[in-house]
Amino acid sequence: MTLFPVTLTAARAQRHGKTLVGPIDLGLGGAGVTAVIGPNGAGKTTFLRLLHGTERLCSGTIRWHCSTEEARHHQAFVFQHPVMLRRTVLQNLCYPLALRGTPRRAAEDQARDWAARIGLGDMLDRPAPMLSGGERQKLALARAMITDPALLFLDEPCAALDGRATREIEDILHTAKAKGMRLILATHNMGQARRLADDVVFLLRGRVHETGAAQGFFNQPATPQAKAFLEGDIVE
Amino acid sequence: MDTLWGGLTKAFWLVVTRDSDLLEIALRSLQVTGIALAIASVIALPLAAFLAVRRFRYRRTVIALLNALMGLPPVVVGLIVYLLLSRSGPLGVLGLLFTPTAMVIAQVIIIVPLIASIAHQSIRDLWQEYHDLLISMNVTQGQKIRTLLWDCRRALLTASLAGFGRAIGEVGAIMIVGGNIDHATRVLTTAIALETGKGDFALALALGFVLIALAILINLAIHVLSRTEREGRW
Amino acid sequence: MKRHLVLGFAFTLLGGGAFAAEDMKMAVTTSFHNSGLAEVLLPEIKADLDLDVHLLVVGTGQAIRLGEAGDVDAILVHSRAAEEGFVATGYGTHRREIMYNDFIFVGPADDPAAIGTALSATAALRRIAETEAVFVSRGDDSGTHKKEQSLWSNTGLDPEEFGDWYRAVGAGMGAALNTAVGLNGYILSDRASWLNFGNKGDMALAYAGDPVLFNQYAYLPVNPDRHAHVKHDLAEQLEQWLVSDRAKALIDGYQINGEALFVFNADAEAEAEAAPAQ
Repeated sequence: MTLFPVTLTAARAQRHGKTLVGPIDLGLGGAGVTAVIGPNGAGKTTFLRLLHGTERLCSGTIRWHCSTEEARHHQAFVFQHPVMLRRTVLQNLCYPLALRGTPRRAAEDQARDWAARIGLGDMLDRPAPMLSGGERQKLALARAMITDPALLFLDEPCAALDGRATREIEDILHTAKAKGMRLILATHNMGQARRLADDVVFLLRGRVHETGAAQGFFNQPATPQAKAFLEGDIVE
Repeated sequence: MDTLWGGLTKAFWLVVTRDSDLLEIALRSLQVTGIALAIASVIALPLAAFLAVRRFRYRRTVIALLNALMGLPPVVVGLIVYLLLSRSGPLGVLGLLFTPTAMVIAQVIIIVPLIASIAHQSIRDLWQEYHDLLISMNVTQGQKIRTLLWDCRRALLTASLAGFGRAIGEVGAIMIVGGNIDHATRVLTTAIALETGKGDFALALALGFVLIALAILINLAIHVLSRTEREGRW
Repeated sequence: MKRHLVLGFAFTLLGGGAFAAEDMKMAVTTSFHNSGLAEVLLPEIKADLDLDVHLLVVGTGQAIRLGEAGDVDAILVHSRAAEEGFVATGYGTHRREIMYNDFIFVGPADDPAAIGTALSATAALRRIAETEAVFVSRGDDSGTHKKEQSLWSNTGLDPEEFGDWYRAVGAGMGAALNTAVGLNGYILSDRASWLNFGNKGDMALAYAGDPVLFNQYAYLPVNPDRHAHVKHDLAEQLEQWLVSDRAKALIDGYQINGEALFVFNADAEAEAEAAPAQ
């Protein structure tokens, strides 16, 4: 399934008459990790949701290589605050597979496999909402990846996590990237962006302020605002 | 005080000696209310989930209506059901008046709004929690409702138990549509009303204690059963 | 579990009255039921006729409504005017007198209005009104209530104009007796309800015996011309039984605390009062 390239043309999202992001004109290619960065309130989350299709596009277009519906089918989303189904770890992992009609046996085998991979192999029957923050986020990540999406959105996945959990999650993301999964990651952790990203979208006040390859952007940002942001100044 | 004590001892003896009349009306109480509860739950729980997830024009009106109907006076329900089922009423040909079925119908009408209202609140809260995830997973409306109902099952059990409590303790409506006929439609509550009318307070009270004990037992049993699922509490 | 419930419901639907024997519904007054006579008669009826009589215990007013609606097959009540209206309008086929008992005045044991020495029911009521002793009225349009109203009209007094001492409770006999006991007031009751009443408190029989207080019970089958579904055959069978010698023995022999309650006065030979022209 080929989702990319995706092209945004004057894409805009608004709520209560106030523009949240946009208008955005942007094209994204089909490989690697894109880090979406910018100060708080720049519209990173809304931008991700707009692409994912859970934020309504109020004007402009988003055009995938395939149909929007197909594209949606091959995406998954990991939230900053993971939403745990009030079920066991195993059942959480099985849920997206069950939605797609995977037979129960096969789904459980896959779920066990994933649980082992994220270090929750001995907690299969634990209620997911009772896990620690790091365990929950790993579970959310595994649950998103279990259907093998072509594109995975991650919204500040490590914002509330300690170093160890962050490393574990980044390891999983590296592996996914190596296997060819496309990742779009919103983060305000510049270290993480440097470690993971191939290219960068820098958002400011709801608009794309600068884009480019990660290395170039971090070493030599083109705009003064991006430079100020990278140096830790307050950017409005 | 004497009457209270008399009622307690009488209740004790009725239960210990397995009084056949008591057994009969207690079982009928359970049967009528059990069936009413099953039907009401099948109607009310999906309705509650539907109201929680679906935005439509008169949604708020329907919810407000359900909340208002929670306080529906059972006597009024009884009277309306009576008029509908009466031989001279629109459904008279069914011949259901003064049967347990008529009592079930009245109880269903009384507890559907109650169960739906309580269930709706829990499901709405869970839906707020699940909203982003389920929307992201692109679930269908049916999958959404099934997920919410399943994951809300403890709260829904509580809602149903509230309905059970209201139904089994109800007397006004089933007195009118059931007629309190001995060996046919007499249940614990109507028997209590009858004995009170006869001034036999001790027996009335004894039946009342049996009713209370029954309600407590059912509640305990269900909570114990649902906890043995070993899914922890959250 | 669920399946059992569903099955149970199906059975309930199928067998509104799934009994081996035949059954019919009869509306009776609270006072008749409270007498306890039904518990003597029903098993005998079952034994003799293999007939389950389902009793709906209501006030006379509601009993007549149930008959008019066709929700019962016969009624057994005690309010002559209402019964005759029921037959005249064609809802009942005829009116058959079965038995009578009597009304009594029940009041505080010390009898503050001294009605115990009154010479008639009318005089007794006058004394209550003069002393303004608390009087509890059924106030529910029942046979007993209608009786009470007719007694008041004999005195020439109008309950509408009475003060606080006259309490219309709008309840059945038992509930009204409970209220009277609570208020320590006078009340008109049928003898049977009073004798069987379990919560007598400090109350006692205060006045009885005036023939005007006799309380005639009549049996009225619902007219099958009005309601084709009523079980008229069973209603007629029951009527034949109710006027039989067997019923006579049971009714006359029924006692509470050694007191006979009812006097059988049905005329087994006589034709029932003719039904009006259809």
